[in-house]
Amino acid sequence: MKIKPIEILSHIILILGVLLMVLPIWFSFATSTHDNISIMTEGMKFFLGESFSQNYNEVLNEKGGWSEEVTAARMFMNSFIMALGIATLKVVISAMSAYALVYFRFKLAVPIFWLIFITLLVPLEVRIFPSYKIVSDLGLTNTYTGLILPLVASATATFFFRQFYKTIPDELLESAKLDGANSWRFFIDFLLPLSKTMLAAMFIFMFVYGYSQYLWPLIMTTDEKYWTVVMGMKIIFTENYEGVALPRTGERFAYIILSMLPPVLVVVILQRWFIKGLIQTEK
Amino acid sequence: MSFLELQNITKIYPNGTKAVNETSLNINKGEFVVFVGPSGCGKSTLLRMIAGLEDITSGEISLDGNIINNIDPSERDVAMVFQNYALYPHMSVFNNMSYGLKNRGISKDEINNKVNDVAKLLEIDQLLTRKPSMLSGGQRQRVAMGRAIVRNPKIFLFDEPLSNLDAKLRNQMRLEIKKLQRQMDVTSIFVTHDQTEAMTLGDRIVVINNGVVEQVGTPKEIYSKPNTKFVAEFIGSPQMNLFQCKIENGLAKISDMQINLNNSLNIQDACIGVRPDDILVSDQGEYSSSANLVEYLGSDMIIYSSVGGQEFSCKLSSKINLKAGDNFKFDISPSVLHIFDNTSGQRA
Repeated sequence: MKIKPIEILSHIILILGVLLMVLPIWFSFATSTHDNISIMTEGMKFFLGESFSQNYNEVLNEKGGWSEEVTAARMFMNSFIMALGIATLKVVISAMSAYALVYFRFKLAVPIFWLIFITLLVPLEVRIFPSYKIVSDLGLTNTYTGLILPLVASATATFFFRQFYKTIPDELLESAKLDGANSWRFFIDFLLPLSKTMLAAMFIFMFVYGYSQYLWPLIMTTDEKYWTVVMGMKIIFTENYEGVALPRTGERFAYIILSMLPPVLVVVILQRWFIKGLIQTEK
Repeated sequence: MSFLELQNITKIYPNGTKAVNETSLNINKGEFVVFVGPSGCGKSTLLRMIAGLEDITSGEISLDGNIINNIDPSERDVAMVFQNYALYPHMSVFNNMSYGLKNRGISKDEINNKVNDVAKLLEIDQLLTRKPSMLSGGQRQRVAMGRAIVRNPKIFLFDEPLSNLDAKLRNQMRLEIKKLQRQMDVTSIFVTHDQTEAMTLGDRIVVINNGVVEQVGTPKEIYSKPNTKFVAEFIGSPQMNLFQCKIENGLAKISDMQINLNNSLNIQDACIGVRPDDILVSDQGEYSSSANLVEYLGSDMIIYSSVGGQEFSCKLSSKINLKAGDNFKFDISPSVLHIFDNTSGQRA
């Protein structure tokens, strides 16, 4: 088989792209397996070291924070709960609101849709004080509910679901009606399975969105028990750096590597579903 | 009382379009009725009103003795086959067919039996585990039929179900639908714009134009005695020839051609119709013309000609040797003529 020059060129470009994405992660991982002295003296590492288990063990189990109570494991759990809650509720709520907007042709459905859409112009950062005020008045600071609830409405997801539902032919609804499906059954038996791909994609995006929240949890939580991974990245393993001790760079890299795992896992698991849906379009 | 009765059914859409106008119709149990008409004539709207997918602006529909105007589509006990089949893309063939039964709370064993029986009947029992995307057009058509049959409804509604199939398959499915309907003896309404489908399928045909029923009758009645000019033109292939003329005392004058109608009609603005195969071409013919174009169809051929500027066609056996440009003689017997009054469009 003859390989065309253009193919070689495009492969070179692709390989370069992959390296650009993967190398920093590899460097971080390799560095996270070295002890702090060698990192301090020799800089970032390309090859694996011998302190893997020590560094990772310390990261997961060492108690930190002012109260010396919170561990990284706890923060991972917090972040996971928050991201899971946000992603699930966002997907459920937007799927349902899009269903209402598309299929129940009530008056003002269009203005309401645009109203929802306009909220895109007002991200959380803009309305952070009013949002905080409401949540604290409701007594929800330092709770998971407070972390999740203000972030569960999504104009983007509502928009995508709405556009998707509009592509579903009317005959399907009519046929389902004749088959005795009520509006709830139509949603559960038809729209949800048909939008599987969409659900998976939205869940991935929203999970990553929830997981990477920084400002909101920072403002919302005063109790270290509710700290999240992203907050911890700034705070953890910095308290020992007071001139005398070595900076704990190895542990920090280990922490970063660990913090990437949950979103990667979600993507890897849901991706198969997502791509399967893309390949066999069932419309 | 008939099985299905439509009384003065009118449908006006919110934008003011009058799709169906004061239509009344009676359909008997076990009958196969075809609604035929050009696209946009309101035939599908009428069908959808019977199914309950479209609100009725005024009038009354009763099925099996009950008025169903305000009854939910799912409770009307009707089944519909859609033009694009509307199969559920995410469900297997089996689930497509059983979904309606499941919603009615029928037991699993019974559903299994019913679906398997119907699948065998339609020869789709090998396909039950497949998804609709893995089926051919004809197979999808069968599944759509199966989904309707398995529910054992009071009425079958077909909304142009054959129009997505290629010509050969269409003929085959047409026969099959007819056979199935006979076999199961279910009252059926079939909507189509294709007059051949209408003629071959229907026990009775309802010709609809502009939201109004033009004529109801058996295929034979409709073909041999069209009530209006519209029906005359719409039914029959090739189309009926219509000559604009003036009738004086039973004598129709089409420019210099005169036909004695053997009656004493007097119509200023008339139109006489004659089917292409009712024009007899022979050397002893009274009239003559020249062939502008000859279409060869195998056993038959169609000659396009004109008389006094009015075009007409005649269909004859292709054994006759006639080429484009040739002159030929022909006869028209008064008994095969259809006479219409142009002002009313009605048969005179």
